[in-house]
Amino acid sequence: MDVELLLRVYPFFLEAALVTVQLSVLSIALGLVCGALGASARLSQLRILRFVGAAYVSVIRGTPALIQLFILYFGGPQIGIQLDAFTAGVIGLGVNIGAYMTETIRGAIIAVDRGQTEAARTLGMSRGQAMRNVILPQALRLMIRPLGVNINAQIKGTALVAAISVVELTYTAQRYIASTYKPFEMFLLAGMIYLVIISATGAAIAWLDRRVAIR
Amino acid sequence: MSTTESEMAGNGPMIDVKNAAKRYGTVEVLRGINLQVRKGEIVAVIGPSGSGKSTFLRAINNLDPLSSGEVWLEDVQVNKPLTSYQYERHINRVRQDIGMVFQHFNLFPHLSVRQNITLAPRMLKRLSKQEADGLAEQQLRRVGLIDRIDFMPSQLSGGQKQRVAIARALAMQPKVMLFDEATSALDPELVEEVNFVMRQLAESHMTMIIVTHEMGFAQDVCDRVLFMDGGMVVEEGSPDVIFRNPSQERTRSFLRKHLKGRN
Amino acid sequence: MGLDFGVVPGYLGALSVGAGWTVVITVLAGAFSIVAGVLFAVGGLYGHPLIRYPVKAFVWLFRGTPLLLQLFLIYFGLVEIGIDLNAFVAGVIGLGLHFAAYNADIIQAGIVAVDRGQTEAGRTLGLSRYQTVSRIVVPQAVRDVVPALGNNMIALLKDSALVSVIGVAELTLSAQLAISKTFRPFEFYFAAAVFYYVINLCLEAALSRIERRMEAAR
Ligand SMILES: Nc1ncnc2c1ncn2[C@@H]1O[C@H](COP(=O)(O)OP(=O)(O)OP(=O)(O)O)[C@@H](O)[C@H]1O
Ligand SMILES: [Mg+2]
Repeated sequence: MDVELLLRVYPFFLEAALVTVQLSVLSIALGLVCGALGASARLSQLRILRFVGAAYVSVIRGTPALIQLFILYFGGPQIGIQLDAFTAGVIGLGVNIGAYMTETIRGAIIAVDRGQTEAARTLGMSRGQAMRNVILPQALRLMIRPLGVNINAQIKGTALVAAISVVELTYTAQRYIASTYKPFEMFLLAGMIYLVIISATGAAIAWLDRRVAIR
Repeated sequence: MSTTESEMAGNGPMIDVKNAAKRYGTVEVLRGINLQVRKGEIVAVIGPSGSGKSTFLRAINNLDPLSSGEVWLEDVQVNKPLTSYQYERHINRVRQDIGMVFQHFNLFPHLSVRQNITLAPRMLKRLSKQEADGLAEQQLRRVGLIDRIDFMPSQLSGGQKQRVAIARALAMQPKVMLFDEATSALDPELVEEVNFVMRQLAESHMTMIIVTHEMGFAQDVCDRVLFMDGGMVVEEGSPDVIFRNPSQERTRSFLRKHLKGRN
Repeated sequence: MGLDFGVVPGYLGALSVGAGWTVVITVLAGAFSIVAGVLFAVGGLYGHPLIRYPVKAFVWLFRGTPLLLQLFLIYFGLVEIGIDLNAFVAGVIGLGLHFAAYNADIIQAGIVAVDRGQTEAGRTLGLSRYQTVSRIVVPQAVRDVVPALGNNMIALLKDSALVSVIGVAELTLSAQLAISKTFRPFEFYFAAAVFYYVINLCLEAALSRIERRMEAAR
């Protein structure tokens, strides 16, 4: 274990980790928006929206995130979409995780829906009122844990943008592996940073989950 | 006093439990139990819930090791103090001679009836497939389930499952059979088919220790009855004595509760 | 520049060969990940401490870090310790180990959920610890977690695209080769996406057949 080397390079890894965190935060935020929209579409009264929602989920979940990212970043200019690598990364990753979050959110709503809607409707609430006042507050609690699984996956998923040369943690590790020939050290250094980010996020989600748990 | 081991094997008891004690932390579950079972003898163990019957039975094949005391199967000490490697080999050998039947059957759900029975003989006794199949058929005939040989456990009723579990234990040709409330998980109408198999086994002079809540069955089938309470043997004797004329008040009050409702 | 899908048919042969390799990689890495997953699960639960703790550390590390990072480690790391594997082998091992860590977690949960009575019944018959685990507990655990393992295999198929980054010739790389000649990234990545989508559908169909058959065998 070349400790001296680790001490010399770790500031660059920390800098890169900041990019990984930014990518994570932004893509997860976008993913939540896509997920909320996707779930609304899939649960909509309108057939066309239901179809669009289902197609979104099926296409995104049926193909590799890397290919989606490449289509956006390399293929985008052909159809007039010119993005820098970081922005393409955020949008590509966000739209991708959004499809998984769509299913998470939909699952939570369906789990609550049975029985509860009927109960709310018998009280005279409209479908929209029942959704807002009865279903969603309960579903939000139910979806925290499974969304946490999506978020955990997405933090690791941000490494994909190394393939379009965004200077984040994995890209940095790769560059240092190539220049120092110390793959184990570089892997451990980057790996530990990922684990710290993931553990901290996991702890935050567990805290949130306890806070809102139905007792 | 100085009997040799080989002499013991000839005349000594099949099972000899000496001063069995068991603690969980500070709770004493067994407090010094002695029991000798002769070859071919059938012993019932009765007593209130939590009195330590299962713990005692499971100590005999060392599934729940004793805190102190000794268990002997003929001239072999079951709970011999050994290094863990030697103990593994020793106990796996000894357990082949001690069949056990559980309250919840514990059939292997991923294996057919045939495979449930042949697994251990094939792995441990190195029987060929034909030999093991023959053995399975023989044991299944004995419990009246030869037509279910290729069923999966999930396709059997509770009573049938328990009969297969008995056949599985018998296929190892054990010297002793232990039963821990073999019928208490069964619907009442299924109890008799299992009792019938156990009666047959008794008639074939199998050595058996039977933990049961069925006083009638214990009275009919067993040579001797142990009444346990609070981790001790309170009273022991022939079924006639224990069920008709027990000397201890605790036995009487237990039997009053348990014989009530029986015709 | 606009789109012109007319260039794609000329490369369908090359893309199909790439797709074939993607299937091969998925099957090999998938099989490896399940076998290794079982071994890690058993080692992590029952192993001697000298096996147990390294296995736990490995599973923790490989579940908590990105696949791409692991691929770089294995591709360059093996060369570093004098094992010069080609990219294909490194890719299969990397994918396999990554998913083995996930499978191990699932299988461990399955093992823990197997009724204690099953172990007792095995031990009572005289089976050793090892025999009981391998013949009675693990088969039931694996059977119970087949749907979850299937989900991992679907994820593995899609993540196999990542091995193109270390230069493994599969579907994504064959699309990139076509792009390097035609300068038409949209068309060829789109075509690759269609291939992946179809393979994914086939895999899902195969998995649901397996699940139904196992359900019926109960
Ligand atoms: N693993 C354990 N840890 C602590 N206490 C235990 C454990 N197993 C059993 N006991 C205690 O030991 C006592 C005897 O239990 P045992 O199962 O032997 O009773 P039993 O006579 O078989 O009862 P039942 O008729 O309900 O089956 C009980 O008080 C029980 O709570
Ligand atoms: Mg009991």
